[in-house]
Amino acid sequence: MRIELDEPKCVAAGQCVMASPEVFDQRDEDGVAIVLDAQPAAELHDGVREAAAICPAAAIHLVEQ
Amino acid sequence: MRRILVVGASAAGLAAAETLRREGYDGTLTLVGDEPHTPYDRPPLSKQILAGEWQPERLGLCTPADLSALDLDLRLGSAATGLDLAGRTVQLADGTRVPYDGLIVATGVRPRKLPGEGAHVLRTLDDAVALRDRLKPGRRLVVVGAGFLGAEAAAVARGLGCAVTLLEPAPVPLAHAVGERVGRVLSQAHLDHGVDLHTGVTVTGATEDGVQLADGEEIEADEILVAIGSVPNTEWLAGSGLSIGDGLLCDTYCAAAPFVYAAGDVARWHNPLFDTSMRIEHRTNAAEQGMTAARNLLRPQARKPFAPVPYFWSDQYDMKIQAFGQLRGHDEVAVVDGDPAARRFVALYRSGERITGTLAVGMPPKVIRQWRQAVATRTPWREAVPGTVTAVETKEVVSGGTLPS
Repeated sequence: MRIELDEPKCVAAGQCVMASPEVFDQRDEDGVAIVLDAQPAAELHDGVREAAAICPAAAIHLVEQ
Repeated sequence: MRRILVVGASAAGLAAAETLRREGYDGTLTLVGDEPHTPYDRPPLSKQILAGEWQPERLGLCTPADLSALDLDLRLGSAATGLDLAGRTVQLADGTRVPYDGLIVATGVRPRKLPGEGAHVLRTLDDAVALRDRLKPGRRLVVVGAGFLGAEAAAVARGLGCAVTLLEPAPVPLAHAVGERVGRVLSQAHLDHGVDLHTGVTVTGATEDGVQLADGEEIEADEILVAIGSVPNTEWLAGSGLSIGDGLLCDTYCAAAPFVYAAGDVARWHNPLFDTSMRIEHRTNAAEQGMTAARNLLRPQARKPFAPVPYFWSDQYDMKIQAFGQLRGHDEVAVVDGDPAARRFVALYRSGERITGTLAVGMPPKVIRQWRQAVATRTPWREAVPGTVTAVETKEVVSGGTLPS
């Protein structure tokens, strides 16, 4: 799995951090999401898929390999 | 279950369809939408689309490849017009009937309108493009309703150089939702940006030259935007046997009947976290509820109550407003961090003995997430806001607050 973040779309909701705190964080200054690990380990994939699905800006795109 | 029908092809319906496939459902999956467009995102309509910053192509909720991978029986531009619950069939406007084993209702809401012709509403992509094309420097825009939608549109129109008049029936915009103090802070931003804000004003209709007020006055405008709330799209379910009452009534699992679930703006359900009936017109809820409805439909033996902490955001001028939980109907509001005058603060909302909501403007994400956690864990008010009483009355206080450990 590879994570692509469309940063200008991010609305800083932080839903991804709550769904998958190992993989996502937010910038302090504006809350925009940060991908900590763009190719996360398999055991984190469910959380990442949840994060992508609940992102209110549809800013997280997953390329499943 | 070999035939699942999702009625409504916006955020909730698409989230349901995606979840069904992700969780292994490989039967027929029909997605019905009344608009001609493939699923797109609505929050940017009153922001980047209205401002002309984004082209509509940017709104797609999934790529053409992802949409194709869902292997949908996609019926766009065709509204559902009737439901035969016993016969498990939905009737479409084009005359076809779609049989199902499982049904997810995600038909959303539509804008309330005013009497008279020529006023804009802002719900669909077509609405947004039509209004965008009319907003030019110097044009006079009257926005009827200073809720979040009206406020966002007013902010965008000011940014485009329009002369904006914002009309609101309440004495303080948004006070019913966020409290008077926060409502005043948010309205001050409009005044500071040159919006002509009139409160306590009732608009009775649109005229050729503008809007007509209840006191007889007329306010001239080149364009009118009506943003006075929405009505759930449930008419097509009338007579079906499902219970309707400000939305499609569902239980705590988002079920309206056996094998029938609902999600998104149209669904009213019992949120056990707040022990109250809710119907939420926010983007995040649409996705979360679509996912829950899909899972509960697919796994009747392992159903889970839908118990979210509601979330919404609004972008106005340089303010990002974010709120978690249940703010409406609160008993008390306390500003616990920051400075409202600087439009950088956190407000907490109390209902009964507990923190039930929080609203933040311009605060760091870690601070907001901690207060969101206080809402999610039903933190007692007195633990977080020392020195305030918990009498059940509407009052507003300003005090320091401490994050619960």
